[in-house]
Amino acid sequence: MAEIDSAMSGLAPDTWTSGLPPDTWTAIRLTIELATLTTIVLVIIGTPIAWWLARSRAWWKEPVATVIALPLVLPPTVLGFYLLLALGPDGPGGMIARLWNERTLAFTFEGLVIGSVVYSTPFVVQPIRNAFEAMGDRPLEVAATLRASPWRAFWTVAVPLARPGFLTGAVLGFAHTVGEFGIVLMIGGSIPGKTKVLSVAVYDYVETMQWREANILAAGMAIFAFIVILAMTLIEKRVARAGL
Amino acid sequence: MGGETIKAGFRGAVGAFSLDAAFEIPARGVTALYGPSGCGKTTVLRCIAGLNRLHPGFCAIDGDIWQDESSFLPTHRRPIGYVFQEASLFPHLSVRRNLLYGARAPKRGGEPDAIRFDEVVELLGLAPLLDRAPRNLSGGERQRVAIGRALLSQPRLMLMDEPLAALDRQAKDEILPFLERLHEGLSLPVIYVAHDMDEIERLADHLVLMEMGRVMASGPLAALQSDPDLPLSKTRSAAVSLDAIVESFDADYGVASLAVAGGRFFVPTSRVTIGALRRIRVLASDVSLAVEAGPRSTILNVLPARILTVAPSGEREMTAVLGLGFEGDGAQLLARVTRRSWDLLGLQAGMSVHAQVKAVAFAPGRTGGVRR
Repeated sequence: MAEIDSAMSGLAPDTWTSGLPPDTWTAIRLTIELATLTTIVLVIIGTPIAWWLARSRAWWKEPVATVIALPLVLPPTVLGFYLLLALGPDGPGGMIARLWNERTLAFTFEGLVIGSVVYSTPFVVQPIRNAFEAMGDRPLEVAATLRASPWRAFWTVAVPLARPGFLTGAVLGFAHTVGEFGIVLMIGGSIPGKTKVLSVAVYDYVETMQWREANILAAGMAIFAFIVILAMTLIEKRVARAGL
Repeated sequence: MGGETIKAGFRGAVGAFSLDAAFEIPARGVTALYGPSGCGKTTVLRCIAGLNRLHPGFCAIDGDIWQDESSFLPTHRRPIGYVFQEASLFPHLSVRRNLLYGARAPKRGGEPDAIRFDEVVELLGLAPLLDRAPRNLSGGERQRVAIGRALLSQPRLMLMDEPLAALDRQAKDEILPFLERLHEGLSLPVIYVAHDMDEIERLADHLVLMEMGRVMASGPLAALQSDPDLPLSKTRSAAVSLDAIVESFDADYGVASLAVAGGRFFVPTSRVTIGALRRIRVLASDVSLAVEAGPRSTILNVLPARILTVAPSGEREMTAVLGLGFEGDGAQLLARVTRRSWDLLGLQAGMSVHAQVKAVAFAPGRTGGVRR
């Protein structure tokens, strides 16, 4: 009981003003780095995938789309388990790691980026695919009749028209990476400065009864999530009004 | 470009029916593709543009082959301008940037563009719209921008897919004069898909009649209008459109005299330019026949003609094709008369008659005429 009492006392406002341990700032920085890098990689590799899913007439495109959507429903532990095997010394990740004389990609920042990319793919690909599909064939046909090569039409017509989809996809990909926990725990562990991101930090603080720190981080992430979702709703409304 | 032609032919399944359409048309003036909806007109136009690919297919303009058994030029390498039924402007670009989207073509040897930006803006009245966003334009304004955008891509062939169909009456009336000016101002061949005969009578020089994916007939507009075997001459509003030269204008009475092959029409009008080419339209039901020149009458236009052919129109009426002039070798008119009158006068093909034309209408706005 005494422990709980001392933990609860951490909630008193006067104690909030004292700084967080440096460990926490490292976790915040690491989380932002991970989410930013993951989002950039996802937009780069997700755009051609979304384009192909939106425009291809291949019969096997829906099975591919389903594989990409799997992280939506799979328990993070299942995905994390497979990723662990893939990144480990006997998987392809281990082979890549040997290029710079490491044994494994598991429990490294690079491994975490790969895992986050796999885990967040549907959140980025789906909105971009929807945006490409919503614009239909017409704008691209118009561009072609105006002498635009498929490449130019893609950059000057398709991408600008799909901008709301890119925005939604990037925001969702970023936010979802910030929020992931199970996979990070499975393939990253909790190595400060390397793989200990915010969601893991909250877990560690609770484990070690550091309620004040846990509370500050949890509240911060709740506010972040609120802002993200609100911002997206407002963006979508504005876009709808603009008639894009 | 004188004797150059556009040749096209496509075969293949399109939706519920098979398309098997081939035609050859002059590479100048406006050619209308006309037929009931769903007859394959739009598909033919899309095939010419390379937006649809039917095999086997053939398409060549002025001898340049765009498609044959072994080759297929993709749309973006065909020098066409395409105007869709809906303007389809790029919503993320201003009117000016929409207009210039296709105008980036590299200039070879500093040769100036045949169609200049200022010219198009002037022709289509786009100056006040240039910096606006497409979503703030009316339907008619959007379609004008779409036409300008297509022109500025320096096409050798304009393809227009019912550009007025999605517009209301007012917007149509707003755009038609622009299309007519376009026709006069630029020597650019146009293929124009339409299912509205009014538009065709105002704009087209040449007609390709389509039905159920097939070409029924192809030829100069007036020739097809007056062909008794084609459905055009059988409709209630059967008419013939003729291009006439303004010979003189009697300002006192406000009557212009217009010459066509084998005859002369007097048309009341407010102001015309002598020497100008004007399109006139004569309805079959406005033409009656007399065996003799007869007593003086108030009818302005009584022209000697010869009955070339005749066909019954339903139970009670006959439609005759007349050739103007005593020999009947001039321009052709249609005359719709009752079967009773026909029999009472003992009319028959080959006879010389006098065509009494009760009304001659100008196709509005056409060629240097009266403009609002």
